[in-house]
Amino acid sequence: MEGRAIDDAVASPLGARGAQGSKLDAPVAIEARGLEKAFRIPTHRVDSFKERLVKPLAAREYRELRALDGISFEIHQGEFFGIVGRNGSGKSTLLKLLASIYRADAGTIRMAGRLAPFIELGVGFNVELSARENVVLNGVMMGLTPQETRDRLDAVIEFAELGEFIDLKLKNYSSGMLVRLAFSLMMEVDADILLIDEVLAVGDAAFQQKCADAFRAMKEAGKTIVLVTHEMTTVEEYCHRAMLIDGGEIQHVGDPAEVGRRYLQLNFERGSEDAVHADPTGGSSESASVRLLDGWIERLDGSRVETIEHGEAFRLRVELEAKEDAEGLDVGFILANADGVGVFQFGLPVGEDTGQRAVAAGQRVELEVELENPLAAGRYFLHCGINRAFGGGIALYVHNAMDFLVFGGPKATGVVSVPHRARATIGDGSAS
Amino acid sequence: MNTISTPPPVGPLREVHGPSSLGGGRRRFFDLLWLMSVTEFKRAYFGTVFGYLWSLVRPLMLFGVLLFVFTQVFRIGHGLQYYPVLLLLGIVLFQFFQEATQNSVTSVAAQEGVVRKTQFPRLVIPLATVLTALFNLVLNLVVVFAFIFAWGVDPTWTWLLFPFVLAVLFVLAATVGMMLSVLYIRFRDVAIIWTVFAQMLFYATPILYPLGPEGLNKPSIEHLLMINPLAVIFEQVRVWMLEPNAPTAAEAAGGAVHLLPALAIFVAVCCFGVWTFNREAPRIAEDL
Repeated sequence: MEGRAIDDAVASPLGARGAQGSKLDAPVAIEARGLEKAFRIPTHRVDSFKERLVKPLAAREYRELRALDGISFEIHQGEFFGIVGRNGSGKSTLLKLLASIYRADAGTIRMAGRLAPFIELGVGFNVELSARENVVLNGVMMGLTPQETRDRLDAVIEFAELGEFIDLKLKNYSSGMLVRLAFSLMMEVDADILLIDEVLAVGDAAFQQKCADAFRAMKEAGKTIVLVTHEMTTVEEYCHRAMLIDGGEIQHVGDPAEVGRRYLQLNFERGSEDAVHADPTGGSSESASVRLLDGWIERLDGSRVETIEHGEAFRLRVELEAKEDAEGLDVGFILANADGVGVFQFGLPVGEDTGQRAVAAGQRVELEVELENPLAAGRYFLHCGINRAFGGGIALYVHNAMDFLVFGGPKATGVVSVPHRARATIGDGSAS
Repeated sequence: MNTISTPPPVGPLREVHGPSSLGGGRRRFFDLLWLMSVTEFKRAYFGTVFGYLWSLVRPLMLFGVLLFVFTQVFRIGHGLQYYPVLLLLGIVLFQFFQEATQNSVTSVAAQEGVVRKTQFPRLVIPLATVLTALFNLVLNLVVVFAFIFAWGVDPTWTWLLFPFVLAVLFVLAATVGMMLSVLYIRFRDVAIIWTVFAQMLFYATPILYPLGPEGLNKPSIEHLLMINPLAVIFEQVRVWMLEPNAPTAAEAAGGAVHLLPALAIFVAVCCFGVWTFNREAPRIAEDL
């Protein structure tokens, strides 16, 4: 196990060297060798002495869940390094190992410099204490001395725009204020290495913009930054290199665009696999009768994108392959936002305009849907369902077949902004 | 997009060992410990107008009730000039032990967010709890000393030993607290069990009933009591602080050799507390 892991480590960064040479000459900031981590999940959790007395052996039955299986990599100083993977791939476990929150079962981690982990914004905050006390406490938690923290207190409060609320207990803060405080603390802690887990996913558009600026600034200051995320747009925009993890193993290390491509591919493969099991009428569990080959969002000029500005119409493209003959196929989509709320549903019968509806096994189907974009800024998911026409049942259902990001637009409450004409007039009543 | 910049110079690669009870540097450990206990203490006593008063009311009320019951109803301690002061000092000291250990039980579990999401020397959490209780004790002792002087107790050189006794009591409370805080993560009924056990300890410690010819006057029971390390500590406090003529712990046990079981228990509890905490510390984040 150990031997193979080290082979991986040697192989992977070398593979990436061609793609991104600039940072790889810098000294190593983080070095991981053969990391392994397994969680023991008791089949029956015993959580009292009483139960332990009644069933002395119950606690000893475990199911082992291997979260990381021999991970080795190197991150160089000044690198912005992305770690991507699906839910349960082991990426968060890896981050927690790097952050000294979990201990590895095997392998070593070596680091140069002071590290500040941001697994979740504002997690160390005590709502019973004031902002001032929390900043000092959290600053020390992240490795500053109390004096250094007090020196930076003003800067933190200023960046967070919370001047007059410095002595207010955090329980009286709004969630927006808390996020601002946490984020500005992160900026001011000024560690050599930053570990960041999905913190970009918080806040409104204006705050996201502030985050983006801050990240750019940190990158320019030559900080080593490790970002764990599933947002490929972020990775491709900021990262020098990225690493794709799946099933607790490294799938690829190198150019972010390449990692992004493989990640999407992985999502598709898995999406189709999951669909087989979700299909109640699928018959043989070997395969669904339709396969989703690819799907993406593009601008009307044909350029493939993952983010689209509010108001800009876009096109949804999907490629399918029939694996069995079918009398006809009806394709439907549900567009849902990040909270899982279905925004709207649309669909189309395949081949209706030409009148030829039957699809033979092996034939490909290409779909194009043009959509207006009244969507509020945020992340959206497309669930794709395909029915056999004429009551033939479900051929395929893929949850989260695609996702994309909408940015910009009016800062307002709501899921969509519906085009509208408004009028407000003052009647001729009294004073004028 | 990928601008080349000179990274700031940082130190050499150092191995990261994962979470532990002390990890992250000694300096940071003590900074955190101090900050956490001070902020918690301030929150409890200066956040509300009557904060400090309330902290005094509890031991004083208990003292008043017990003093009435035991001097008027059961008529204990009549031959003892300093019984009320002894009672008050005992109650305040025991309250420290009880508060420290009781609060330690849930301390780590209550800081779940911090433990699961940040790099944090785990030992800081129960130790800060015990330290906060110690600050309380110091405040309460101000009142106790006022009583001691009001009762006309003469200071003796043995008073200098009092900080030593407090240190021993602190070590015991801290190690028991460490043990309880990690046990609680596995077994949630530890909280209930400890409440009952602490109550038992209170009666197994000579607080209500002074030992010796003028007090309990039952040598066989007194021998037995001296197995309890708390009983040894409290009896020595009595001798050193208030009544030089009262039986020392060794006399009450029937010879210095008979103090060995208490010493053995004390050492065993300390070692076991430190050992369990160190063993569990790396896994706390996973088990919560």
